[in-house]
Amino acid sequence: MKPYAFQLYTPQTLEEALDVLEQLTDEGLSVKLLAGGQSLMPVLNMRLATPDVVMDLNGLNALLNFISDDGPYIRIGALTRHYQLETAEIISRCLPIVTEAERLIGHVAIRSRGTIGGSLVHADPSAELPLVATLMNARMTLQSKRETRTIPAQEFFLAYLMTNVESNEILTEIAFPSLPNRSGQAIQEFALRHGDFAIAVAGAHVTVDDAGAIVHSRLAVGGVGPTPLDMSARLAPLEGTHPTAADMDHLMAVICQDLEPDGDIHADSAYRKDLAGTLSARALATALQRAQDHG
Amino acid sequence: MTDRVSYTLWVNDHAYRVADVEPRLLLADVLRDVLGLTGTHVGCEHGACGACTVLVEGRPVRSCLMLGVQAQNTRIQTVEGLTGPNDALSPLQEAFTEHHALQCGFCTPGMLMTATFLLAENPHPSRQAIREALSGNLCRCTGYQNIVDAIEQAAHSDTEANGSVTKG
Repeated sequence: MKPYAFQLYTPQTLEEALDVLEQLTDEGLSVKLLAGGQSLMPVLNMRLATPDVVMDLNGLNALLNFISDDGPYIRIGALTRHYQLETAEIISRCLPIVTEAERLIGHVAIRSRGTIGGSLVHADPSAELPLVATLMNARMTLQSKRETRTIPAQEFFLAYLMTNVESNEILTEIAFPSLPNRSGQAIQEFALRHGDFAIAVAGAHVTVDDAGAIVHSRLAVGGVGPTPLDMSARLAPLEGTHPTAADMDHLMAVICQDLEPDGDIHADSAYRKDLAGTLSARALATALQRAQDHG
Repeated sequence: MTDRVSYTLWVNDHAYRVADVEPRLLLADVLRDVLGLTGTHVGCEHGACGACTVLVEGRPVRSCLMLGVQAQNTRIQTVEGLTGPNDALSPLQEAFTEHHALQCGFCTPGMLMTATFLLAENPHPSRQAIREALSGNLCRCTGYQNIVDAIEQAAHSDTEANGSVTKG
C-alpha cells in the first residue's frame, strides 16, 4: 500500500502552479493536486489513482491560507486547515455552522493537515464541508492560467467525488455569506463512531423576524445522494410560522419521502431516508432555537 | 518536476539528511526505513488507525499521509523523542506502564503522541475529552479503559515533566 511512482512538482507561486498545470494538461499528463493529503494520500496509497504528476500545493500556503471578513461575506483560502477553521473566533461568530461542522470532521490528526479546499474538491457527498457549502450556496473561485471564474456551490458538486473543477484549474478560495442578525445555524450528523463518515448529515439555517417567526430557512442533506442536496425550496410551508418540533418532524418526513438514497453495508436506503428526516428536523429545530436566542 | 529528492528532516531536535529517494516515500517510511526510528508504526496506511501518528510543528499528523519531502523545514517529534536523559520514561509513559495501558504496544506510540498533544493543549482534560481526543487512535488489545486512566493520571502529575511539545 504505497503510491505508484510519480513525478513531484512543488510550485512556489500560484502563477507558476497554473502555468505548469496548463502545460501538463496540454501534454495529456494526469495531474493530481496535493493539499492536506487527508483524502488524496489514501487514494494514492491504495493506488486508486496513479497520476503521472503530483503537484504539491503546500508551497502556496502563504497566499491561500487565510480567513478574511469581507462584510457580507467571509472569504476563506482553499489551503486553510480544518483546525484553523475549528478554532477561529471570526468563524464561530460569523459562520457558526462551519465551527460546528469542523468538530465533526475526522479526528485531530486529520484536522491538522486537511484543508477546506481539498475537502470540497474531493466532494464526498457525506462530508461536512460540501454539505455546508451547498447549504449556504458558497461562492467557489477557480483559477486557471487564462481565467478566473466564480461559481455557486450548488453548481460545483456534480456527482459522487466529481466536481466542476477542470483539469487545468485550482480552487483558490471560497466565500460564505456571513450570519445575519436573528439567525441560527445547525448541523446534525449520524455516524457509527465519532469521526467516521456520516451515514447521513443535515445542515440548516434559519432567520426569524422580531416576533420569532421564520422569515428565511435553508436545509441541505448529505449522504443520501451523489452530491449534497439542497432542500430549501421545500421549506416554503415554514415561512411566517412558529413551527413546533412536531410540525418540523411532520414536514421533514414529507420532504424526505422523495429522497432516493443508495443502500450499502453501513445502512440501507430506507434507513438513510429515515435518518435524513430525523436529522433534518433536529437541525432545523436547533437552528430555529438559536435564531430566536440570537435576537 | 523531479523523480528523486534529497532533503533534511528535523526529528526530535536532530537533523537527518535523506538523500536521493523517491518523492513518493511516505514520512512514516522515511522515519522507519531511512532514519531507523521504528517507534512510529504503520497500520492501515490510509489515515484511519492512528498508529503512525507523529507531531509536526507540535500538532498530531498521520505520517502515512504525508510525503517525507513535505516534512522538510518542519519540526517533527516521534515517540523516541518523549524519553528524557538516560532514556528516562516521561510521566505519560510511566503512567501507561503503571496502568497497563499497552499489551502488544502497536498502537502505543500513536496514542502517546496524540496524548502529548492533548495534554499540551488541555492540561486537565475530562475523561470525555480524553476519549474524544483519542477517537482517531485504534487499539485492538486493551479496550481503551487503561489508556484513558493513564492519560488522566499523567494529567495530574507535573505538566512540565510531560515532555515539551515543539511548536511552530
